[in-house]
Amino acid sequence: MTEDCATCPANASLAQMGVDVSNFDYLIALAGNPNTGKSTVFNALTGLRQHTGNWPGKTVTRAEGGYQFQNKRYKLVDLPGTYSLLSASQDEEIARNFILFGQPDCTVVVNDATCLERNLNLVLQVLEITDRAVVVVNLMDEARRKDIAVDVRALARELGVPVVAAAARSGEGLGDILAAVRDVVTGQASVQPKRVQAHPALESAIRDLLPLIEQAAPGLPNPRWVALRLLDGDLRIRQALLSGELSEIAARQRQAVRGFSRKIALQGAQ
Amino acid sequence: MTNNATPAERLLAQADLLRQALPGDFRDTLVQTLYHEAESMAEKAVQQGGRKRWDWDSTVDRLLTSPIFGLPLMLAILSLIFWLTIAGANVPSAMLAEGFFWVEAQGVALFTSLGIPWWITGFLWDGVFRGLGWVISVMLPPMAIFFPLFTFLEDLGYLPRVAFNMDWLFKKAGAHGKQSLTMAMGFGCNAAGIIATRVIDSPRERLIAILTNNFVPCNGRFPTLIMLATVFVAASFPPALTSVIAAGSVVTVVVIGIIFTLVISGVLSRTVLRGEASAFSLELPPFRRPNLRQILYTSLIDRTIFVLWRAIQTAAPAGAAIWLLANIYVGDTSLAWHVANALQPLGNLVGLDGVILLAYIIAIPANEIVVPTMMMMYLGVGMMTDMPAYSEMHTMLVGQYGWTTLTAVNLMLFSLLHNPCATTIMTMWKETRSLKWTTLGALGPLVIAFAVTFLVAVVARAFGLG
Repeated sequence: MTEDCATCPANASLAQMGVDVSNFDYLIALAGNPNTGKSTVFNALTGLRQHTGNWPGKTVTRAEGGYQFQNKRYKLVDLPGTYSLLSASQDEEIARNFILFGQPDCTVVVNDATCLERNLNLVLQVLEITDRAVVVVNLMDEARRKDIAVDVRALARELGVPVVAAAARSGEGLGDILAAVRDVVTGQASVQPKRVQAHPALESAIRDLLPLIEQAAPGLPNPRWVALRLLDGDLRIRQALLSGELSEIAARQRQAVRGFSRKIALQGAQ
Repeated sequence: MTNNATPAERLLAQADLLRQALPGDFRDTLVQTLYHEAESMAEKAVQQGGRKRWDWDSTVDRLLTSPIFGLPLMLAILSLIFWLTIAGANVPSAMLAEGFFWVEAQGVALFTSLGIPWWITGFLWDGVFRGLGWVISVMLPPMAIFFPLFTFLEDLGYLPRVAFNMDWLFKKAGAHGKQSLTMAMGFGCNAAGIIATRVIDSPRERLIAILTNNFVPCNGRFPTLIMLATVFVAASFPPALTSVIAAGSVVTVVVIGIIFTLVISGVLSRTVLRGEASAFSLELPPFRRPNLRQILYTSLIDRTIFVLWRAIQTAAPAGAAIWLLANIYVGDTSLAWHVANALQPLGNLVGLDGVILLAYIIAIPANEIVVPTMMMMYLGVGMMTDMPAYSEMHTMLVGQYGWTTLTAVNLMLFSLLHNPCATTIMTMWKETRSLKWTTLGALGPLVIAFAVTFLVAVVARAFGLG
């Protein structure tokens, strides 16, 4: 964060805590398409210096850091970029598993303002599985240069969750992100995420499967998503269920999250 | 369905049953609905202005990714970076070496005047300290120039363009186009390059990328290549051309490395890892103005200091080990020379010598220290106390130890192709969890390195060279 931002009123109550993620109050996931500036947002909020690079696929593991805002401690997890929650490469799976099973208190989806339409596909998929989300339209400086205007209010109305315009590189909008995240985790923001209406037959099939999923993998977050994948015939999910791996992944996500993980913070190792 | 089916099996059976009852195109409908929704939202929220400025981004892009100019421009950029590194690092390297030698001389004098036994003085100053001094003076200046330049290109968005330019080559080799990205990361550090292969979703192609990442020289090996290119290859040219020739040699080595990456990838994908190259979409991000502070931090703190620290950690014990080897005598020959002499026939066969092979064995923990180890062997045993400048080094190696251009060329090739360092091997194991593939990844390159240097030596000697 630049010096100007550290002193401006919106950020006056921000304290970057670097790798100190002990005793946090809220867990925040940083998701988004590749190369939208997630790591830049991460660095700006935590004061850490994760490598940033202008190419999709730069972050292949997740990094963790902390910040304190208005006396609450937040743990922030920077995830590899992913275009969708349905995909399969290993870096994307890390992101997907965390969003699905890590049970973050808020998922911040970072978007590239210059190609919002494609980015929104992921936003909509994330909103399918959680209503505690903040949408960040990042790279606004680049959009302005290309003469693209984004109406974040209209977008917030459409999506039903807070939308913030930002240019993390120069510190623009960081205060708004902090406030929006606070509002979501404390329940101050009213969130009514847009859910894409599925086919009625599909809805009833999902309802039929939910109790069976609870039996096969008790306590699994997002059983609805799992039901959908099963109806879709996703082989990896089938195998994960049969081998008991799915419950294991979910349990591990929670465990890893609660522990103090300096190693992860420092090396980005999972 | 039997009664003793597990809950998971019952769930899957039910899911299969339900799927048959669903309309056949429900998946497509689902995805289409999603896309449709995203499209209509974007339409409402985004306004594209009519102001049409000259779009320099796409003009530059067309040039950088053009089928004709793309690859030559890439080589030109690479050459420029190496030239800047070599031309810029020469003087500070020499100054650092001189400074360290001065400190060493003072230290030795002080210890001697205090009456400390010669072997303590020798062990600490001529062993440990000289090892450190060598590593820092040989590695620090080139890294402090090369890393910021590399990071600048990375932050600017050039790497995906490199991948784009080379995609067709990798496809021909039956490998994944994204391998060119992981290869590019390998220039920084092979272990990092191997971790980066996680972006490749096909296990077969990912394995190819892991096994061949070692064929691009990492930053630990660049100083070795740069030194050899400067001292030997460029030494026979007029001084004005030295840095240009040296840069050219390093680029040639890099190109040879890329050729090996492609050829070995091709061999693997036609034999043990047979399969078709999978299609993928690569996003070319817009060029972005890199943040200067971020670049300096990443390249100097995270990369330069990181690599240097790793080298120092291994150089100090290696320096100590070499000093011991060189000063413990069995008969009238030191242990070091016993080993070196034993390795001599093998070394000679591949156009190198016993000392070089011994240096490579000692340097397995980190490739960074090959040249320092080698020099300390030659110097420690040759009764020379000072660290010579580049020009003296040339005289000494050629005059006293019979180095030829063949030795230098083969050493560069060996450095490029030989086994990965211990960290990289560990990373291979962590990423593949397979003893078989890790062994192949570690020993395959070694075999190739010996085969190639042997062939070069045979050919060169047949033509009366070396």
